[in-house]
Amino acid sequence: MHSKNDKKPSIIWFQGLTCNGNTHSFLNLENLENLLNKFEILSHPSLPSTQDFNSITECTLECDIFIFEGTYDPLMKRNDTSISKIVKYYAQKARYIIALGSCASFGGVFKASAPERNSGLLFNEQEKSGPLLKYESKVINISGCPIHPEWLAYTLSMIEKRREVETDSLHRPIELYSTLSHHGCTRNEYFEWKVDAGAFGEKEGCLYYKQGCRAPMTHAPCNKILWNEVSSKTRVGTPCFGCTEPDFPRKNLFSTKTNMSIPEDIPLGVPKRSYLTMAGIAKTFRIKRLEGKLIDYKTAD
Amino acid sequence: MAKLTKQERRTTIISAALKLFSEKGFYITTIPDIAKKVGMSVGNFYNYFTSKDILAKELIIYISEYLGKRIREINDKDISTEKKIYEIVSMYFNMAEERPEMIEYFLRVYLSNREVFEDGCEGMICVSAFVTEMMMFFDNGVERDELHNQDFFSAFGLFMGYLGGMVFLFGEKILPEPLEWYKESISQNIYNALKKR
Repeated sequence: MHSKNDKKPSIIWFQGLTCNGNTHSFLNLENLENLLNKFEILSHPSLPSTQDFNSITECTLECDIFIFEGTYDPLMKRNDTSISKIVKYYAQKARYIIALGSCASFGGVFKASAPERNSGLLFNEQEKSGPLLKYESKVINISGCPIHPEWLAYTLSMIEKRREVETDSLHRPIELYSTLSHHGCTRNEYFEWKVDAGAFGEKEGCLYYKQGCRAPMTHAPCNKILWNEVSSKTRVGTPCFGCTEPDFPRKNLFSTKTNMSIPEDIPLGVPKRSYLTMAGIAKTFRIKRLEGKLIDYKTAD
Repeated sequence: MAKLTKQERRTTIISAALKLFSEKGFYITTIPDIAKKVGMSVGNFYNYFTSKDILAKELIIYISEYLGKRIREINDKDISTEKKIYEIVSMYFNMAEERPEMIEYFLRVYLSNREVFEDGCEGMICVSAFVTEMMMFFDNGVERDELHNQDFFSAFGLFMGYLGGMVFLFGEKILPEPLEWYKESISQNIYNALKKR
């Protein structure tokens, strides 16, 4: 017999201004079915749900977890109901509010359609001035464009187990966002010895110096929890775009902004003077093993 | 007379060695020459520097840190990049007049006897304090939108090559005027060459 405490936590997954990227990403979760069995899905854009969309927008239901995907546009309507009314209603009812993706977390890509008006739920880029300020303590931001399905699975599992999800100052789970995307990058040796990547898509070289890689400045576990369980942007020779940070999307994603050949942004927390000293010295040494193509590598090198 | 501390004694050796190396040349100058100049026994000298090559490397680090410290003081000032250029030129020329052995050593020993420095002093290793401060200067100039954003070494070469050349001419007694006289025009030339276009 089930007690009241055994009741599965209920989820409403609701969309603002979005490309559905997080919805699609989440469908790639390896153990999606196992996870879903632990929850009652009241509404979801593409999964079987127990409630129809009309009853969601009527604002008469309750849920434990309110997941919001997309940028918050206060003028947007769903089913002729103001999104402002819907969001505030469920924010008040839910135990947890998950701002899913960088748009819901900070404004993201879709903020650009009306930069003065649109924002994330709790944050407008770095500034904590979103519409759910009143419900701040309930908000968990899972930023990313899109999010990795495991990031949401982790957060939901913690909630389901009634464990506390500790978050950073931007309300992101510390477990996921306390390390940088650089952490675990297979190109770290090239970064250490300052060997540039010659071009995109190559196996050799670091993408930080010319190709715009933001991994040393971006909080994300992309090189720890791999995409499709096998890869990441930097592993295939594409720069990290810093998509989990409040200033995403930046401009010129494929090139590193430099001042007189010196990267404008340097690895997080490292004083520029210290970085330049260390980088200058590392660059002095030519490591033959790191210069050629890996396919031509001879152990004797 | 108060007894010198080990650090003070070390600095005395550095000053004497700089003068001897830059006047007589690296190979002609011997450790007994240096020891004699500072009034210490050769045996005692080795308590401070275990070989002439190690001393040579320490000297270039000393000069680099000396220059780096002074450029950092200028970098930390809240003044325009144009003024910073003047201050760097001024500092460099003053040094060339007051402590010519430092620049002489750089030009005549460090740049001319690369074999002495190739093991342990390659590339940026011994001059990083100085080059790093120049990087900070250029980075800040571009960030403030006062300098043209270009390749670092193109700009660095223009700046330091120019100063090195002038000091060389000064050292050869070719310049008709004292270095002081050239500060303003050279600073202007450097600024005009590097400024935002």
